[in-house]
Amino acid sequence: MKTIQVYDPPMCCSTGICGPDIDPDLVNFAAMLSQLGAHDIKIERYNLGQQPMAFVQNPTVKALLDKEGVEVLPVIFWDGEVHLKGRYPTKEERPHWFRVALGKEEATA
Amino acid sequence: MKLPLYQPDAASSTRFLFFTGKGGVGKTSLSCATALKLVEAGKRVLLVSTDPASNLDEVLETKLSNHPTPIAGAPGLDALNINPIDAAAAYRERLIGPMRGLLPEAALRSMEEQLSGSCTVEIAAFDEFSGFIGNPDAAKDYDHVIFDTAPTGHTLRLMSLAKAWDQFLDNNTSGTSCLGPLAGLEKQRAVYEATVNTLANAAATTLVLVSRPQLSALREAERTSKELRALGVGNQQLVINGTFETKCPEDVTAQAMQQRGLSAMTTASAFIDSLPSFIVPLRPINILGIGGLRVLLSGDNATSDTSASNATSEWTPPAMESLEDLVADIEKQGHGVIMTMGKGGVGKTTVAAAIAVMLARRGHAVHLSTTDPAAHVAQTLAGQVEGLTLSKIDPAAETASYQGEVMLKQGATMDEAGRALLEEDLRSPCTEEIAVFRAFAREVGQGTNRFVVLDTAPTGHTLLLLDASEAYQRELERQARSTQPEEVLKLLERLRDPDYTHMLLVTLPEATPVHEAAALQEDLRRARIEPFAWVINQSLLHSGSCDPLLQRREHSEHRYIREVVDKQATRTAWLPWQPEEPTGPDALAHLAASHLLTPTAA
Repeated sequence: MKTIQVYDPPMCCSTGICGPDIDPDLVNFAAMLSQLGAHDIKIERYNLGQQPMAFVQNPTVKALLDKEGVEVLPVIFWDGEVHLKGRYPTKEERPHWFRVALGKEEATA
Repeated sequence: MKLPLYQPDAASSTRFLFFTGKGGVGKTSLSCATALKLVEAGKRVLLVSTDPASNLDEVLETKLSNHPTPIAGAPGLDALNINPIDAAAAYRERLIGPMRGLLPEAALRSMEEQLSGSCTVEIAAFDEFSGFIGNPDAAKDYDHVIFDTAPTGHTLRLMSLAKAWDQFLDNNTSGTSCLGPLAGLEKQRAVYEATVNTLANAAATTLVLVSRPQLSALREAERTSKELRALGVGNQQLVINGTFETKCPEDVTAQAMQQRGLSAMTTASAFIDSLPSFIVPLRPINILGIGGLRVLLSGDNATSDTSASNATSEWTPPAMESLEDLVADIEKQGHGVIMTMGKGGVGKTTVAAAIAVMLARRGHAVHLSTTDPAAHVAQTLAGQVEGLTLSKIDPAAETASYQGEVMLKQGATMDEAGRALLEEDLRSPCTEEIAVFRAFAREVGQGTNRFVVLDTAPTGHTLLLLDASEAYQRELERQARSTQPEEVLKLLERLRDPDYTHMLLVTLPEATPVHEAAALQEDLRRARIEPFAWVINQSLLHSGSCDPLLQRREHSEHRYIREVVDKQATRTAWLPWQPEEPTGPDALAHLAASHLLTPTAA
């Protein structure tokens, strides 16, 4: 896996703490992305509240939004293929991400 | 203490002038009068208001917009109004507008929700505000740019954000950040930087702290002075507006008013002496229009115009209640929330404290919570009244405790990188809004088995709080798995329930406070909240003063009292001007029981 693209629901920050509620999976996901980014994985992250044009320009995301509504977000791509939608990876799933991305287990995950 | 009259001088004046101070101290009048002085000395001046509750239109008697409008009767003077709430709406539209038809309706709605938070309002306001300072071309046609800024809290936030954001943008490396809405504006980074530098440049910027000859107002100015000095804004002046010397030595009211001013200034003398300080004497007329503004900074200290001192003419005031009458009705419910609202400086905390004392003395369990950091009246009640408990909403403390709580709860399940990122986002400007909002909701939630009395922060902030409460309401409705306490979910519903919440609009019998309270009432009604009553505070009516200046002021109250009773309020309570700032339970209870004696009650 070389690239990860994330189409987030509208939120005002990468960890979602600006909202009235905090999703620990989202916070840990954001942290994981910054770690992977440091290992030459290309990370692209778009927020519907800030970069709506990116959602329009990606036909897959646009079609998903039209069909399933905002609940479909986040949509997460691995190398251009939809890998996960409607939620962020859980604690149990994160080690797998590190394995696939870096070819090894990351102790901190 | 003999202080010089405030006489702005075109030769020595800096390019940027900021007027700051607690609401109701006369920032707008003084900034307009200063602008007029500079214009009359041949300068070209732009006057900018960033107060969401601005009354610049009223003072200048000109319909303003968010573009410079020439002021009739003052060639060389242009003025404009920046309403941060409107600016936020415009910003939202810039982002959402182009997406119409491209994204499904639900997606647009959810974008709009996200961009309705208080962060967006703050950011939009700052963006507009810095455009005039940080961009060398923006105001190049003017010799001076004068800002009539929003009440203190708001001003401080705007100004401190300039620096906080600057540092934040420097340190934040994770791409998206809590400065989310700013991401779209980041290209203007140079403008923000220039703004921060200009504010700290003594040759370019003067901060005029406006205060009244009252201890709480002077203390507030002192706090602002220190905070802004710490942020690098060092070129400061103090103007004490409305100093009063009576010509009527035998008049008890006039003597008390003069004495009260003198002792406040003596007590605060260390602060007053620490910077260039000036006075503006109390004027007999309301400062409206170009003519009124000229009077405000006219050179003579005396009241030249005493001709119309036949103010004692017969006038029968409309029937008004006492605060006690209102309390008698409120207490029937047995529990609930009472909130005092209005422009800063009208006595919201005093009225809230008087109501709390009265309810407690009638045998109810009462909790009084104050949000105004300058309020001391609540402290004078500690342990004095049976059944009365006190608390304070301190924005700084609330923020710290919220940050701690989040780190404890969420940080535990996170790895180190996650914790670091969370900590960084918790330093954002949004966090304080959320923290204060939670405290507010918590206090309102206390009212199910007793009375909770709240004074609220100044007008603009109050609006933001209520706006936030609605935005949150919608957000929470959307989120199935919410960890928010129940009281947050119920807040807006409770504020709208007339049996649960009684809102009192507090005003002085003067033009600006009445009109701003009326604007606040409109805003409340838009949020489907109906105020229970109005309270006219510090009225000189029937004071029996023989001082011509006070007589004129008493006379000028008539039309504003009529306006409140006839046009604005369903119920009106009246409170007399007090020779002493009422502190302690007895003085507060006495104030609440004051009746306007009307020979022929209508």
